[in-house]
Amino acid sequence: MNENILLKVPTLRRGYRFQFEPAQDCHVLLYPEGMIKLNDSASEILQRVDGARTVGGIVAQLQARFPEAEGIEEDILAFVEVAVERFWIELR
Amino acid sequence: MNGSGSSFAKPGYEPGPPLWLLAELTYRCPLQCPYCSNPLDFARSHDELDTAEWIEVFRQARALGAAQLGFSGGEPLVRQDLAELIRAARELGYYTNLITSGIGLSEEKIARFAEAGLDHIQISFQAADEEVNNLLAGSKKAFAQKLAMARAVKRHGYPMVLNFVTHRHNIDNIERIIQLCVELEADFVELATCQFYGWAELNRAGLLPSRAQLERAERITNEWRDRLAAQNHPCKLIFVTPDYYEERPKACMNGWGNLFLDITPDGTALPCHSARQLPVQFPNVRQHSIEHIWRHSFGFNRFRGYDWMPEPCRSCDEKAKDFGGCRCQAFMLTGDAANADPVCSKSPQHGKILAAREQAEHGALGLDQLQYRNEKASRLILKV
Ligand code: SF4
Ligand code: SF4
Repeated sequence: MNENILLKVPTLRRGYRFQFEPAQDCHVLLYPEGMIKLNDSASEILQRVDGARTVGGIVAQLQARFPEAEGIEEDILAFVEVAVERFWIELR
Repeated sequence: MNGSGSSFAKPGYEPGPPLWLLAELTYRCPLQCPYCSNPLDFARSHDELDTAEWIEVFRQARALGAAQLGFSGGEPLVRQDLAELIRAARELGYYTNLITSGIGLSEEKIARFAEAGLDHIQISFQAADEEVNNLLAGSKKAFAQKLAMARAVKRHGYPMVLNFVTHRHNIDNIERIIQLCVELEADFVELATCQFYGWAELNRAGLLPSRAQLERAERITNEWRDRLAAQNHPCKLIFVTPDYYEERPKACMNGWGNLFLDITPDGTALPCHSARQLPVQFPNVRQHSIEHIWRHSFGFNRFRGYDWMPEPCRSCDEKAKDFGGCRCQAFMLTGDAANADPVCSKSPQHGKILAAREQAEHGALGLDQLQYRNEKASRLILKV
């Protein structure tokens, strides 16, 4: 199943916007009348969701960027699962 | 605008940023809903902020951290400069929400707003049943227009929130209401039992649903939630119960002046949508900067922290949870905005809530006895 997800391309759901908020010094996900503050790992992932990169591509990039961190792939897959479940992102 | 004037900031208290900015662009509105929370004296409010003044408000609030901006009213579509305001807000980085009755909306405007950068449109309904809706809205054409506009909103790719104000005369149609929202492909559906502020308070006896009605509506909503989840359907149902049937009040937002900033058509800044009825002096953006208003004004500091609380809240160990409840409800039902919200069973005035419940079980008024919001009625009430 994981193989499959790695080949998919995540995109933000229509009406969801990812941006940096200077006043809060963090990234947020904005959607109709709501906002989610994101932690650093979630922001690193969402920064790479551009409608072209696959989940596997994001994993490779983050592994290259944080070579000493362990279990990056599991973390990313767990986040993608939650984000899909909450309808923040769609997989194509 | 300037930032001068004395400071009422509470020492040691750091308010959160005004993340939510509500721009009430106008009190003008073509509808006449009996539960409208616009002020009773709206007929007097004709002195609206102009385009440049609004954009300056957006800029200053954004600098303080505002991220969500709601355009509301009255009916915000009445403003001829709406597209311009949307564009300016979007350029500042806001997530922009248009909160409309749908009356006065057209495909052409929907497209123009999208081009200006509008992120989301919320349409409010009164009921899924055309007859009840038209009666409640006081307009015959209201319903067909709203359906057409909801479809157009989705066609143009916006996310859509449908807001249904429920009350004793339409809550039994909840099944039909949810069905309709799913058909219209709403992304979020708010089923909010009307809260009793402003006009709604006047009509309370006619609008409060009975406990049995509420329980039935909540059960049906939960059944729909299960059904939607089973289909992996993205539509989210949000059911808001009135607190009249609770023993503890709802928390006032995130606390007074701690999240929400409301600017009324004439530039008065309020910490809450219904706070204008309170006998508290609130600042105006024509005299003060948003920063001064948020941090230092008397009105925004009036109920911050806990030192303003009388008993039973003062020594209550639950005060950090609910902040003593709603200031507006406390004012309306006890005459003193600092009192415990009478929804709380510890409040000496809790009997008023019990009496309202009792009334909802028995002698509620018919629809024809509801008071409609129009300028004439408003003037009559002002004279009293
Ligand atoms: S005072 Fe009441 S109406 Fe105002 S924000 Fe608080 S809970 Fe809401
Ligand atoms: S007494 Fe006041 S603080 Fe305590 S639960 Fe009741 S309303 Fe909340």
